[in-house]
Formats: sequence, structure tokens, C-alpha cells
Amino acid sequence: SRPVSSPPTRRKAASRTAPDQTPESEPSSKGKAPSAAAAAAMESVEALVAHIQGLSGSADELAQLHGLLKQADGDALRAHSAGLLPFLSHLHPGAHSLGYLYLLDSFVSSSANLRAHAGGDLLVTVADFLTSCSADQIRMAPDKFLNVCRVLKNEVMQLNAPIRGIAPLRAAVRKIQTSSEQLTPLHAEYLMLCLLAKQYKAGLSVLEDDIFEVDQPKDLFLYCYYGAMIYIGLKKFRKALELLHNAVTAPMSSLNAITVEAYKKYVLVSLIQSGQVPSFPKYTSSTAQRNLKNHTQIYVDLSTCYGTGSYSDLETFIQSNAEAFQTDNNFGLVKQVLSSMYKRNIQRLTQTYLTLSLEDIASSVQLNTPKEAEMHVLRMIEDGEIHATINQKDGMVSFNEDPEQYKSSEMVEHIDSSIQRLMALSKKLTSIDQNISCDHAFLMKVSSSDLQMYFSFLPLCCPLLFSNKCE
Amino acid sequence: VSAAAAAAVTNGLGGGEQAAAAPVSADQLDVEAYAAQYSGRTRVARLLFIAERCGVEAIQLEALRMAHDEARAREDTVLYLDAVLKINSRLGPRYRHDQAWVDSVNRRAEQRKEKLETELNGYRTNLIKESIRMGYNDIGDFFYAHGHLSEAFKSYIRTRDYCTTSKHIVQMCMHVILVSIELGQFAHVTNYVSKAEQTPDTLDAVIVAKLRAAAGLANLETKKYKLAARKFLETGPELGSNYSEVIAPQDVAVYGALCALASFDRSELKSKVIDNINFRNFLELVPEVRELVNDFYASRYGSCLEHLEKLKPNLLLDIHLREHLGTLYNDIRHKAIIQYTLPFISVDLNTMASAFKSSVSMLEKELAALITENKIQARIDSHNKILYARHADQRNATFQRALQTGNEFERDIKAMLLRANLIKHDFNQKNWL
Repeated sequence: SRPVSSPPTRRKAASRTAPDQTPESEPSSKGKAPSAAAAAAMESVEALVAHIQGLSGSADELAQLHGLLKQADGDALRAHSAGLLPFLSHLHPGAHSLGYLYLLDSFVSSSANLRAHAGGDLLVTVADFLTSCSADQIRMAPDKFLNVCRVLKNEVMQLNAPIRGIAPLRAAVRKIQTSSEQLTPLHAEYLMLCLLAKQYKAGLSVLEDDIFEVDQPKDLFLYCYYGAMIYIGLKKFRKALELLHNAVTAPMSSLNAITVEAYKKYVLVSLIQSGQVPSFPKYTSSTAQRNLKNHTQIYVDLSTCYGTGSYSDLETFIQSNAEAFQTDNNFGLVKQVLSSMYKRNIQRLTQTYLTLSLEDIASSVQLNTPKEAEMHVLRMIEDGEIHATINQKDGMVSFNEDPEQYKSSEMVEHIDSSIQRLMALSKKLTSIDQNISCDHAFLMKVSSSDLQMYFSFLPLCCPLLFSNKCE
Repeated sequence: VSAAAAAAVTNGLGGGEQAAAAPVSADQLDVEAYAAQYSGRTRVARLLFIAERCGVEAIQLEALRMAHDEARAREDTVLYLDAVLKINSRLGPRYRHDQAWVDSVNRRAEQRKEKLETELNGYRTNLIKESIRMGYNDIGDFFYAHGHLSEAFKSYIRTRDYCTTSKHIVQMCMHVILVSIELGQFAHVTNYVSKAEQTPDTLDAVIVAKLRAAAGLANLETKKYKLAARKFLETGPELGSNYSEVIAPQDVAVYGALCALASFDRSELKSKVIDNINFRNFLELVPEVRELVNDFYASRYGSCLEHLEKLKPNLLLDIHLREHLGTLYNDIRHKAIIQYTLPFISVDLNTMASAFKSSVSMLEKELAALITENKIQARIDSHNKILYARHADQRNATFQRALQTGNEFERDIKAMLLRANLIKHDFNQKNWL
């Protein structure tokens, strides 16, 4: 979202230092008699504030201001950070974002200040700043911005009100991102707040962007992990699996705890989604391939047990390991894995039978009574997982074919949009490939004969790249 | 419960009802006639096998008696001791453990062995290739006759270095094949068969037939039923009873037919088995097998399966076929079921059950299993007990596949671009701290 509109004119800036808001009146509202040094410091702060107000116009001015701020940063600001808060009211968060940021950052960096103002308007001030600040300005001092956001997050968590941090942080994420494809440290923090506040849909808006640029490895792992948890909460297992897959197969030279946890959930979600855990693709790092299974042994055993297809075995296994699953906070998922086994078995029946009695369903899926079978089938029909009709009079279930005929206009639109999306993706891929082929380092590493082979095979391997004429 | 009946139950063929009827034809197994087909060591080995597996005591004792006599006549102490152990004094004083005889045979064997070894050493110092070769051969024969198979194997292998003509090589190969079959090392059998077949001179037709039969046997034992069938079917009628130390012509017919039924499709069955003139000679020896092959081809599955059931108890006593019988029978039955359902749009399960002589519920279970394995394209209407052929709608399937491929492509490319970016920034956790 494009932040605050026009930079203020000098006239406006001048009006802000109206006589009725002279800085001299501020210290008395604090109720302390300032010492001489403090008074001197306050004066320098005032000067700074005046600079901020004056120099927040064009880009040159901002650069100059930035220099001044960097100079002032450090002892000048920090030593007297307690007194900075009132100065903020002189500044407009949208117009004077950079200056506001510096002042705010040095204020919140002191935990004494935070304790003094806990639960007060500080949160509102910070939230307000985050929502209305100017993206261009704050991008000049990203570390400070991130720090302020982090403080906000800590505060809302201390207050046990994570929901208060959601809107501001979402705005913050959009502001600090240079493009929607970039991953920032804020993503993970934001998703964590959404998880704690159980506002999963809020997390979706950030998750829907595809990420292609990552600066810090830790951000990626946390982002994938929290994002997957949000998708799991919304029962969108396929998207959760994509994120977990990225976390597990990212290049890494040593194992980290986030990946181990991500792999545990990966196993569980794979079982729910497709009934089996795929083996590591060959681009997985060797560290992960060698070590992941050692750290997650009961999950591997769980997937082997699932593979046998016996509900009672799986149930016994889960019961005997319930504690371990609880400690990992995965027990809910594990229960879903268990119930997915019935679903999988019933789905297999739809491939073999046209009609089947409820008793037979119960016996082949290892349920106890036909009534239970009826309940499961009914639930699956309602969830859209199978197409069937229950004939209660005869106690029979008829399985029908998928009624989708691929003829409706919605389907045509869906197909069309998929095609567009994929063409865009493939164009992106072509451009990246072209960039790499022109890259000096690449050309140095590839000998000329390999190059000839490479270019002759390219049309065969990536037909999409070369079919940009297709309509 | 006799072993054969127990096996029938575990195979589950035709339901549990047949387990009650004990294998009738086992009584009719003519042990003498059976043993007469074979010669050499394999006769004794087979007799011992029959004694071990057959549930009927009378036949057991008959087989053991013959084994004992044969072993004694051949002076094979290993087999003799085995036979005596199994007889367990049930046959009277003449068949008790005669240690004195064993010792005298061993003593004589020692003496002969020393003699042969000294001769061999003599030849070796003289460096006459042919004599060395014959010396090793003699030692190999000696070991084989006395049941020391691994030493025999080693000796025969040693002759390889001293073979000069292709005839020698073939002879060596035949020896090795024989010992390997008895040792159960069928990889060697296949090796040496190909070695023998690659010799430059054209081989005698009998030898060719022997090699084919041996190759077939090796494939059978290593569960390559289709290859085994092909090899048995290519065995020429010149085999006759020339290979009785390994296999009888009736066996070639039975093994070949069963493997072919289990693994060939209809056209191959017609061209390679039914129209195969050479193989017809073998089939004449076992008319029941010929009948059942014809029944299968003519879709008279009921009578085909009946024949199979009748043959089963005797076949279970065959030393090479026993382990594979279950799989082969299952495969044949499944093929029959699949072939039965192929031409129809809908099949009434009741009629089918009576054709296959089993109950509707068992048949339904078998069909469900075959459908799950994708061998039959059909769906079962369990309410009305009808099987409906199901032809997937190509158009819908294509759309579904296309959309799915698109999704997978998207997912993979996105992940790849992300990974490329990570690698570009030299993503190492050293950079974390």
C-alpha cells in the first residue's frame, strides 16, 4: 500500500511548532526538574526534531536528514530516550517517517522505557506509526524498522493479546518488502502472531504471495514452518505440504531444529494428504537425507505402521507413543492421520465397487458396526471426498463417478487462468535461464563442448520455454 | 493332516471345502514307476524328498526302502545315512544303521581318493594337459559319486584351465551344471549353460536339448517363469530319457506347460505351446496336462482347474516344483478369471462362480483383489452380484491429468526458483551466526 501522500510543505512544518506547543512546556509535564545536561540534551533533540520536520521533503533532503540522524544516533538519543516520547507528537508518522523511526527506535530500545509505559498508549503509537509510515523513508533504515516491529510483537505477547499486533504487522510487512516476492524477517513474526491469535485467515493474505527472494536462512525456515501450521489449521493440506517440502529440501550444511520439527509435520501431513511419505528428492541436501530420519524415528515408524493398512495396529501404536506426540504438540495431527486411514480405505473401495453393503464396508475397513460405516461415508460425502448415495432401506451404498464433466464455464475459466499463470511462470523461468547463460561465472565453468550439448538439449528438456507462441 | 492337504488349505484354492477331502491320488503314486524315470543321484534325492513330504505312511516307507537300497548300491554314504535316519528302524533289521558297512565304504573311498590324488600329482608334474584334465575329472566323478558335492564342483571347475577342444569345454559345463543343480546354485547353472552354448562348434542335438532343459530348470527355480517356459518349450524331443540324471521328459512337459499357462498371454500360448510340434511329443507323455492346456485355451476353465487340482498332490512331491506350485496355480487361476471377464460388459457372479467352482463371496474377494491391482477394468455391483466392465472416460481423464500436471509443474518450478535463489545467496548456516 502506498503510504502517506504528499510530503509536507515548509509552511505546514512551521505551523507544527506553534507557540502553544513549545518544547519548554514538556519537561514539566514529566514532573522532574531537568538537570543542566538533560536540558542541553533536550535542546539538541529539539534541534533534531526541527531538522526532521524541515528535511523530510525530497530525496536529497532525506539523504541529508539521514546523515544527521545517524550522527545523532548513539549517546545523544539513547541517553535521554525517556524524554523522547513527547517529541513524537510533533512529528507526523507518515510525513516524517525516517525521523520518527529513529526517535521511536531509540525510545523502545530501552526496556526501562517499555516497562514504564507498559499497556499504555505506546502500543497505539507504534501501531499507528507502522500503519501510516512512508515505505520509502523507512526502507532507508530497515534494521531500526525491524527492531520496532519486534518490540511491538514482544509487547503484544506480554499483554497476551497477540491479535492487537496483527494489523500493524501486516502493514509493516508490506512496507518493508521491496517486492511481493521478497521474504522479510517480519513474515515469520507476523505468522506467529496469527497462529497465537488463531486468526488463520489473516495469515493467508501474506502466505498467498509466492516467495522467490530470501535474505536470511532463518527467516525462510520459520516462515515455512509457521505458514504450514496456518495452512494445517485451515485444513489446506496441499499448500502446507508445499511449504514443509521447501523447509525440508532447502540447502543446508547442518541440521537445525526447525527443519526437524518441519519434517515431523511433513510426515504427518503427507500421510493425511496422500497416504504415503514420498522419498527425498535428489536435490535435498545430504545433511537432511542422512540425519533427519534419526531425529524423528517414531514418525518414520508411524508411517510404516500406516502403510500396513490396519486401523487397530495404528491405533495401538499411537496410544503407546501418545506422550511423545503430545510433547511435540503434534497429537492433534496424529489423530487426523488416524481418521484419514478410514477415509483412504473407503476411497479404495470406490475404485472397486459400484455398490456395496454397509456391512461389507464396515468389515473391509475394520469398523465395528455398519452404523459407524454409514456415518463415515456420510461425512465423506458431505466433505466432497467421495461421490456416493446411501440407500438406507437396503443398507447399500452406491458409488458414483465424479460428476465433473469439464464442460462448465467455471471450469473453462479455471483452466484458462491456470494456463495464464503457468505461461507467466515459464516466461520467468526463461528469463532467469537466459540470465544465467549470459553470466560470466557460468560461462567460465562450462567448456565449449558442454555448451554445445547444453544448448542442443535445452529445447528437448524444457519445451514450455520454447513454446511462447502457443495460445 | 497331511502336508499336501495343509498346503491345499494355505493356497486357498477353491475355498476351504476341499481340504477335508485328503489328496486321493497320493495313494496312487507309483513310487517305483516314478523312480524308474530317473537315474543316478537324483533318483535317491527325489525318493527321499517324496518320503519327507508325503503324508501316506505306506508310500513313505516304500520310498525310503528304495532310497536305501539305491544308496547302498551306489556306495553313497551321505545319502545312505540320510535314508537310514528317516527310516528310523521302521522297516526291519535289514534297514538298520550299518556302521560297519559305512566304515568299510569310507575306507575304500579314502584309498581310492589317495590313489587318484597321487595319479593327479603325477600328471601335474608331467605337465600333460589332457591327463591333468582327465585326472581332475576322475576326482570330480569320485566326489560326486560319494556325495561330496562341493568338492566335486571345485574339481570340475579346475578342469577348465586344461580344456583344449570345445568338446572338453562342453563336457566340463555339463558336469558343473549337474553338480550345481544338485547343490541348488542355479546362478552357476545359467552361467555354464550360456558358456556351453557359446562354443564355436555346433553341438550335438541331445546336448542342446539337455542345455535347454537345464536352463529352463534354473529359470524355474529362480522364479523367472516366463523364461523358464520359453526354455522348456524350446527343448527338442531328442532329449528323451538321455538326461535322466537330472530331469525326465514328463517333467519338461509339466513344467513347461504350467509355466506357460501362468505367464504367457493367449497368442503366445497358441503359437508356442499348442501349435508347437516339438513340444507336442512331450505333452503326449502327460495327457492330463495336454488336456488342461487345451481346456484353458478353449475357455473351459472349470475343467481346467479341476485337472490342476487332481494333479496337485503328485506335483507337490516333485523336488523342483513344490515351492513354486502355489504361485503358479494362483497365477493360472487369476489368468483364467481375467480372461473370462474380458469379452463381457457385464458378468453375473453366480454363473461365474459355478464356472470356476467356487462360492460367490470368495470369487468376489478375488475379483476385488484383481481390480485393486488394476488387472481387471471393472466394478462390482455387490448388491446385485454383477460385475460391470468399466471403461474410463478418456476425455475427463485427460482433463484431470492435464490440470494435475499443471499443478505439479507450478509447484516444482516455484520450489526450484526458490532453491536457486537460496543457492545464489550461498545459503550456508555459517552465515546465521
